Amino acid sequence: MNKRKCDKCDQPATHHSVEILKGAKIEKHLCDLHAGEEGLAIKAVHTPINELLTHFVKLHSGAPAARPDRQCSSCGLNFSQFRASSLLGCPHCYEAFENQLKPMLELAHDGGDHHVGKVPLRDDAIERGEQLQLQVMSMRKRLAQAVASEDYELAATLRDQIGRLQEQQP
Amino acid sequence: MSFGNITQHAGEWLRGQGPQSDIVISSRIRLARNLAGFSFVNRADVVEQRDVLDRCRREITDRLPDGEVIWVDLNQSTPLDRQILVERHLISNQHAKSKAELPRAVAIGADETFAIMVNEEDHLRIQVLRSGMQLAEAFEQINRMDDTLGQHLNYAFSKKLGYLTACPTNVGTGIRVSVMLHLPALKLTGEIEKVKRAAKDLHLAVRGLFGEGSDALGDFYQISNQVTLGRTELEILADFQHSIVPQIIAYEQQARAALLRDRPAQLDDRIWRAWGTLTNARQLGTEEVLTLLSHLRLGINMGRIDKTDVATLNQMLLLSQPAHLQRLCGKEMDQAERRQARATLMRQKLGFA
Repeated sequence: MNKRKCDKCDQPATHHSVEILKGAKIEKHLCDLHAGEEGLAIKAVHTPINELLTHFVKLHSGAPAARPDRQCSSCGLNFSQFRASSLLGCPHCYEAFENQLKPMLELAHDGGDHHVGKVPLRDDAIERGEQLQLQVMSMRKRLAQAVASEDYELAATLRDQIGRLQEQQP
Repeated sequence: MSFGNITQHAGEWLRGQGPQSDIVISSRIRLARNLAGFSFVNRADVVEQRDVLDRCRREITDRLPDGEVIWVDLNQSTPLDRQILVERHLISNQHAKSKAELPRAVAIGADETFAIMVNEEDHLRIQVLRSGMQLAEAFEQINRMDDTLGQHLNYAFSKKLGYLTACPTNVGTGIRVSVMLHLPALKLTGEIEKVKRAAKDLHLAVRGLFGEGSDALGDFYQISNQVTLGRTELEILADFQHSIVPQIIAYEQQARAALLRDRPAQLDDRIWRAWGTLTNARQLGTEEVLTLLSHLRLGINMGRIDKTDVATLNQMLLLSQPAHLQRLCGKEMDQAERRQARATLMRQKLGFA
């Protein structure tokens, strides 16, 4: 059988459907990603998540080079690196790659797309967490640069500041 | 660290007690947590990894009231000690075998009901183990530990996606609920494949004795949730308590009853051959022992043999693992030596040596 391409991109189509709408026949041929977006694939998934992930990762590792590789501004991870390892680099990656991760999360979590469970007891946790994430991570980068350029005075100051920020207790 | 007496007893997951322990060997819950302001373990440099480790050690050893905590620096421990921890289900294979320079540790409760891996795939992997079907008790304990640590460590958390984890398959609650089931009758009747398919339809993972990537040796099957986003911890737990586990237990019991009704001679033959081999063999491999112990366990639980008990079998199961065997014999042994030592140990434990 000929390998039919997805109606929406150049990936091989893995989901096929035929609908009859007001007497007209509508055929759809979609890849995993676009089938997921159309809501076609979610129910058909009986594969363990590890396999799904690997499959997903493979499916998209041959993505057109024209599309620029996105990068997390906090830890510097490229999306292609995530594809290779299935591991993100830091908490901020979830924001940096939000659009790319969305279909994958829905596939892995049976359509689940937002948290409904436990929340940390500290009410300032979310706000402080986000502040720490961006501020401290960038300070740590400057610290590494300061050490590399042997600016030990700056390095010491930065180290103290990072220590103070992370020590703050409720 | 001192393993002086840790290898003498069977540990929590093999205590062989607790509700429904004839089929449910153990209940396990783990939570994945990361600290805000740091890269995840795989992307952090050694300075950051060390910082995370120090912070976690301070909070874990200072704050946890659950009896004595044994802190094990895995960089300082021998490969044999690490393997013993794997065999006792206190750390993962990955944690035992990751790069030598990665600063990593595990904090173990003295009673082995909990183990917190630091710098595995996530900064913290908190896990609680109980023998038998005790998911509610396990959740109560782990939730308390998580609350305590979460008041002093800044967890990476987002309102939309919950607890942020290195792998997106764990994001949200970061919870993995697992039960270790002994399903020899379903295996013998071939119906285990149906159970596996049904589990997959429910988005559950079915794994072997040692978790990810391991085979179902000794007819032990570990069933765990895969969905962590969009459902609450209690919903995930309730599925196991009220639907998944009771159903599989009922299937296994039906299969046991069917074996007894339709093929009693074949059933007894399996059980007594296992007894015969374990009490006479001069060389035994790990996998063979697991299979034989499984048949013997089935025989005891079905009242077909009363020459030993489940507690003894659990001890034999653990001590026959390569690292425990070497620790018990007090020396490093190659595979051939281990096969002989294993056979001797089995005969001793059953009173035939």
